[in-house]
Amino acid sequence: MNNLIVYCEIEDGIIADVSLELLTKGRSLANQLNCKLEALVIGSNLDGVEKQVFPYGVDTVYTVDDPRLYPYTSIPHTSVLVNLFKEQKPQVCLMGATSIGRDLGPRVSSSLHSGLTADCTSLEIGPHEDKKNNKTYENLLYQIRPAFGGNIVATIVNPECRPQMATVREGVMKKEVYDPNYKGEVVKLDPKKYVADTDFVVEVIDRQMEKSKANIKGASIIVAGGYGMGSKENFDMLFDLAATLGAEVGASRAAVDAGFAEHDRQIGQTGVTVRPKLYIACGISGQIQHIAGMQDSSIIISINSDPNAPINTIADYVITGTVEEVVPKLIKYYKKNSK
Amino acid sequence: MSLKIVVLAKQVPDTRNVGKDAMKEDGTINRAALPAIFNPEDLNALEQALQLKEQNPGSTITLLTMGPPRAAEIIREGLFRGADGGIVLTDRAFAGADTLATSYALSCAVRKIKDFDIILGGRQAIDGDTAQVGPQVAEKLGIPQVTYAEQILKIENGKATVKRRLERGVETVVVPLPAVITVNGSADECRPRNAKLIQRYKYAKTPSEKQGLSEECLKLYEERPALNLYEWSVNDVDADLDQVGLAGSPTKVKAVQNVVFQAKESKQLTAADSEIEELVKELIANHTIG
Ligand SMILES: Cc1cc2nc3c(=O)[nH]c(=O)nc-3n(C[C@H](O)[C@H](O)[C@H](O)COP(=O)(O)OP(=O)(O)OC[C@H]3O[C@@H](n4cnc5c(N)ncnc54)[C@H](O)[C@@H]3O)c2cc1C
Ligand SMILES: Cc1cc2nc3c(=O)[nH]c(=O)nc-3n(C[C@H](O)[C@H](O)[C@H](O)COP(=O)(O)OP(=O)(O)OC[C@H]3O[C@@H](n4cnc5c(N)ncnc54)[C@H](O)[C@@H]3O)c2cc1C
Repeated sequence: MNNLIVYCEIEDGIIADVSLELLTKGRSLANQLNCKLEALVIGSNLDGVEKQVFPYGVDTVYTVDDPRLYPYTSIPHTSVLVNLFKEQKPQVCLMGATSIGRDLGPRVSSSLHSGLTADCTSLEIGPHEDKKNNKTYENLLYQIRPAFGGNIVATIVNPECRPQMATVREGVMKKEVYDPNYKGEVVKLDPKKYVADTDFVVEVIDRQMEKSKANIKGASIIVAGGYGMGSKENFDMLFDLAATLGAEVGASRAAVDAGFAEHDRQIGQTGVTVRPKLYIACGISGQIQHIAGMQDSSIIISINSDPNAPINTIADYVITGTVEEVVPKLIKYYKKNSK
Repeated sequence: MSLKIVVLAKQVPDTRNVGKDAMKEDGTINRAALPAIFNPEDLNALEQALQLKEQNPGSTITLLTMGPPRAAEIIREGLFRGADGGIVLTDRAFAGADTLATSYALSCAVRKIKDFDIILGGRQAIDGDTAQVGPQVAEKLGIPQVTYAEQILKIENGKATVKRRLERGVETVVVPLPAVITVNGSADECRPRNAKLIQRYKYAKTPSEKQGLSEECLKLYEERPALNLYEWSVNDVDADLDQVGLAGSPTKVKAVQNVVFQAKESKQLTAADSEIEELVKELIANHTIG
């Protein structure tokens, strides 16, 4: 009772990274709240799935296993959460701000009339004082999120309703094994008790998912290109630089929108959050929404023809020049001076 | 089959280009300095509705927006592009709503509209940025939802076939109607205003906009009922006061901060060979690269 539950997404038998990131965060929040960390996995053929989550410090894994529950559809998964939450009364529920979490979360919150905060970038525990009603609350979840196109950050609380629900984007929290030998309990829930046959109204008739090609989240060096790269051909320069340095290639949204790079390379508020040891921004102006996803990089180099590009204010090294000139030189002098 | 389509549309400040003049001294946002626009993805939703109307003769499109009285501007904008009518859900009691209170109010209005086959909306509004209202409206009405829709492929036997655009691929689903469908920015762009429709609807007004008009002007609205836009209050839609506005919102905004990034002391370099080589050597020496 009153535990912290993470809804875990599963694709091809593998728990999504964003869910493992939330389990990591959930473990530390559960320690602060002095409650259990629980995971909920809904899908098909789930035997053994607990092995993937126990190392993150999970105390209980609930599984709901039924061929009709995979791939995800809104109403059946909503029913499981709503019915389980009525029984278990968790105090907090976290889910990924993915196309699944952002479809499921609001439906569950509407059914339970519990508040939901979207796209949190930080989660903390703290007190809250409601001056108007002269009430104080302890140990609430502070749900911190950007809004207004990323120009402001709001701290949101749900004083009265439970669970306190929040979604978090992939890459925002760090994924870290808590204890490789951690063992929790597996609780297999009977699908018939949680989902009605009439819930299966939406039929998925075709599904084409690509494996994510880029792994920018885990890269220790990122070479990122913006609209200032000018063309897809020029972007190839960045792949050369990345290959030379052992780096991954990232992109701004303007570069993705222009077709210079694939969507899964996008860094920023509506893309991935990264914190590499070196970030080389090439032809990126540095709008708030981009910076939100890379400001924690240890060292930032900005290559920009405009000496007043906003990104320069957060860069450790500012190279004023064109990418066409600077990028080949970086490759050349790295080859010359390494080894 | 003719369809009764409701499009949920929100008037939003244009947060995509927040310049310096839009920030107040104290670091908060001066909403008044930002133009109020038709939420971009709601225009994508309207375009899907217009395509359905073309494919299914006899269909009608009703726009529904909750906001201050001036939100009637976006209803006219929708009429200029091909919608048939609209309702502004407006009442002081609706103010301060979070997504749950918003979706409750919208669902009460939809119940009052009563006769509908499809509710279309944008995936997300560019001010609140939550993408929560669509699914919540669907749940409150007890009907299915399809989010992240890119195209409604067909409507047949009371079911819609919809292509969805997800992070890592596409999915096609079949959903029985009535349903809520929220549309992505990657869907077809909305067609522009139509000159004839501008002529036809430029005087379309809500009751509060008609205040102060002469008897003669008001006659126009009796003769041409299509020019009447509706305004509904909490009472008009039989909403429960405890569930709307700030009072009906479980989430509370505890604090709001302007985003400021920590400026760093940076080294300034030019593209000269010597400077680039020095930099590379420095990064190798301190094990950042290599
Ligand atoms: C709600 C919302 C969410 C968003 N989410 C994201 C997000 O997740 N990620 C993201 O990146 N953006 C996001 N954006 C968009 C963001 O606001 C910017 O539009 C975008 O980051 C700009 O990309 P850019 O810097 O590549 O392009 P631009 O702003 O066009 O900058 C191009 C830069 O290249 C420089 N340049 C031009 N030519 C050269 C050359 N030859 N050599 C060197 N430099 C050159 C220019 O001086 C300029 O600084 C979001 C916006 C909104 C409203
Ligand atoms: C800083 C800040 C942070 C916030 N964070 C949260 C939060 O985390 N959780 C929360 O519950 N609320 C939050 N809110 C409140 C929320 O922004 C409002 O409730 C808002 O009215 C609806 O949410 P949205 O803008 O995110 O819409 P979305 O859910 O993004 O809108 C999706 C679609 O629903 C339809 N729609 C939405 N609003 C209307 C409307 N008024 N009229 C007609 N159609 C509409 C449109 O088709 C729209 O495209 C926040 C508000 C602020 C100022």
